Amino acid sequence: MAEQQFDLVVVGGGPGGYVAAIRAAQLGMDVALVEREHLGGICLNWGCIPTKALLRSAEVYHLAKTSSQYGFKINNIEIDLNAIVQRSRKIAKQLNGGVGHLLKKNKVEVLTGHARLLGKGRLAVEVDGTAVMELSAKNIILATGARARDLPGMEADGKQIWSYRHALVADTIPKRLLVVGSGAIGIEFASFFNTLGSDVTVVEVLDRVLPVEDEEISAMAHKAFEKQGMHLLTGVQVKGLKKAADSVTANIDLPDGTSEAITADRVIMAVGITGNVEDIGLEDSKAVVDRGHVVVDPWLATGEPGLYAIGDLAGPPWLAHKASHEGVICVEKIAGVADVHPLNAMNIPGCTYCQPQIASIGLTEAAAVAAGHQVRVGRFPFIGNGKAIALGDPEGMIKTVFDEATGELLGAHMIGPEVTELIQGYAVARSMESTEAELLHTVFPHPTLSEAMHESVLDAMGRAIHF
Amino acid sequence: MPITITMPALSPTMTEGTLAKWLLQEGDTVRSGDMLAEIETDKATMEVEAIDEGILARILVAEGTEGVPVNAPIAIILEEGEDASVLEDAISAPATTPAAATPEPAADLPAPSMPAPAAPVAAAGGRILASPLARRMASQAGLDLASVSGSGPRGRIVKADIETAMATGGAPAPAAAPVAAAPAAPMPAAAVPAADASPFEGEFELQPLTTMRKTIARRMSESKREAPHFYMTMDCELDALLALRTELNNRADGAFKLSVNDLVIKAAAVALMKIPAANAGYSEGGIKLYKSADISVAVASERGLITPVIRNANGKGLEAISTEMRALAQKANDGKLMPEDYQGGSFSISNLGMYGIKQFDAVINTPQACILAVGAGEQRAVVKDGALAIATVMSVTLSVDHRVVDGAIGAQFLAAFKGLLQEPMTMLL
Repeated sequence: MAEQQFDLVVVGGGPGGYVAAIRAAQLGMDVALVEREHLGGICLNWGCIPTKALLRSAEVYHLAKTSSQYGFKINNIEIDLNAIVQRSRKIAKQLNGGVGHLLKKNKVEVLTGHARLLGKGRLAVEVDGTAVMELSAKNIILATGARARDLPGMEADGKQIWSYRHALVADTIPKRLLVVGSGAIGIEFASFFNTLGSDVTVVEVLDRVLPVEDEEISAMAHKAFEKQGMHLLTGVQVKGLKKAADSVTANIDLPDGTSEAITADRVIMAVGITGNVEDIGLEDSKAVVDRGHVVVDPWLATGEPGLYAIGDLAGPPWLAHKASHEGVICVEKIAGVADVHPLNAMNIPGCTYCQPQIASIGLTEAAAVAAGHQVRVGRFPFIGNGKAIALGDPEGMIKTVFDEATGELLGAHMIGPEVTELIQGYAVARSMESTEAELLHTVFPHPTLSEAMHESVLDAMGRAIHF
Repeated sequence: MPITITMPALSPTMTEGTLAKWLLQEGDTVRSGDMLAEIETDKATMEVEAIDEGILARILVAEGTEGVPVNAPIAIILEEGEDASVLEDAISAPATTPAAATPEPAADLPAPSMPAPAAPVAAAGGRILASPLARRMASQAGLDLASVSGSGPRGRIVKADIETAMATGGAPAPAAAPVAAAPAAPMPAAAVPAADASPFEGEFELQPLTTMRKTIARRMSESKREAPHFYMTMDCELDALLALRTELNNRADGAFKLSVNDLVIKAAAVALMKIPAANAGYSEGGIKLYKSADISVAVASERGLITPVIRNANGKGLEAISTEMRALAQKANDGKLMPEDYQGGSFSISNLGMYGIKQFDAVINTPQACILAVGAGEQRAVVKDGALAIATVMSVTLSVDHRVVDGAIGAQFLAAFKGLLQEPMTMLL
């Protein structure tokens, strides 16, 4: 059997793994990357990117339907679901090829197969269950990612019950769609199918939709979704799914103690994810697995010397950009690069690409208060922003939370047009530890949506100009 | 027009100084040549001489103020007939005419820029890197940023560092800096820099760092960090040298009194002329090979360590070296050394023989490449021609910057030095 030696072997070619591999190659390491399915991982093939392609189609459809307000008469708009899905797949394929090219350019050895740890810095690469190669490496980074969590008795079957993976290649626009879970994944699919005409019901076990977001943002999103015709049930529990020939009936416990049966043509299960910790030989290492994730220190090291875990496998937040950043930190620490710093979870922005978009960073107002901060809160609605009105999309607002005593920007929470692009401004501010003073003194270009970011800060200081 | 007196730059590297004492009071008449104030720099105390005449109308910087930036206004002189009403304008106007007798900085060195008085200045004269949030938190807590070590990118001080410093009791901000909030409760440990604080530490008195102490700390750390030191020790028999010294001193009839150290300086200078590769210094641009032996001699003054220079020691007689050394040591003790007295130098000598030290390793006085650590001359048993004998022996240790000088050159220098000490007549040739 072929045996090869490397400075670093990365297991998994998602946004954590391939970025780690490229950074390591840049630092002069001899790197191999083992990927069992597709370069780019879930993010690029079955997650972030293809859903953004679908949602863009939904946005175009929405604009076409409302085109009369922009001065156009467009009649007979037809939806070609197959074309929408094919466009999404084509984009994923293009980027997948791009990752392969980047790895090749950086001389990363890409090995196709399933990696299994053999202990003491060695691993096997298996194809169809047979080991075809053995690798030895000074350091190993596990970046095997995660998959959708299944609830017992409600496993996705690709027919009536879909996971995100099935929903991405939908063969039908369900007349009635039930989405279980109102996190980013559930809400994005709910938004997509709702725009395309499905009768969508979202059920959430917690007391509000998008429960990780600031309460005010959740409430505004709730209102906006209902206005679009979505049904939202919060504080409810799905007790079971009963499949019929071409429909599913969900048994739901309501907060008041009563139950309700909801029948839908399709169900999308979006109740969180679980790390891919199985079948990679972790059992025989000193790495600790806790509730589906590998436990790591701030430098992403596991309990096993020379073994690291990054990204979804290493726990929440389950975000591609968090995985990439961890990959770089981990590799730079291994290489002994000076000036490496652990990731501050409070500085990781989160984005949801529903209509209207939602983005946030740092502490919610409630979390800030719970942490003992005296807060100063600023709010600015997009109805006061000229660019938003010109776009015909003045729904939403920007909320900023400051520490009263130090002026620290504790958090920022946005709902509205293109806020997923805007949040980066506050991310830079957080990362540089700006206070309100730097933000107040920053010049925001006119006319842009970003002016609302400035106004929100001004409002926190009682100085908003345009509202 | 009112004349603004500014903080003079007393040496090319000076960025700030302490206004030690005002020699004139507000209202006093100033004549050209009058001494206005004493300034304590990183090396010495110097007087500021007036070159203008008038009335010392307003003192802007109080006695004892530390860290006054170079070029910051320190006083206003009104010319004869000028009314006090123009004072306020002069105070608010930026200083344009440095009226004090200011030695020009050396042409090849950038003039020190003028930092804003309130901005914290790092010990090395650079800007302290700190996030806006960290700055504000430190200011609110009355914490001196200079006492906080940064853990952020490029050593930047971030929020977490301030929180750590506050939890462990960081150093309060210097009194000169404006502090928004009252300093933290005066606990005994509150005055300790965060990194040194420990709950198990005993009681102590914290002495503020003088500018001289800061300079010693910075220069010595720089040297040990930047210059790869290696050390070589050699024993020298002194009997012939001591005999010559006695003879010369007897003949002087009180006109001078040579010390062993004077002879060591001379011997080192002559040895450097024989092995010129050891008379060298390091710079980014290349190795500087000095033409003359300018010997920096470490002097322990009450204020701290300083190294006045005997220039061209190879060309000077023993009497001249002895007289000059005596004068420099006196000035060092009085804090009156001028920059030209202690700057430059091609080679250093540190002699602790008078304390009975047998042998020690000195820290190189960079950018110079070598320093000679001289121990005590003492009677030791030596083997001569196969038999035990008694000789007066002195151990010397050469610390060498390996970037500049290799082992063989260092050894050749020590051999030449030893030859001169053991046959002292040869150094008089």
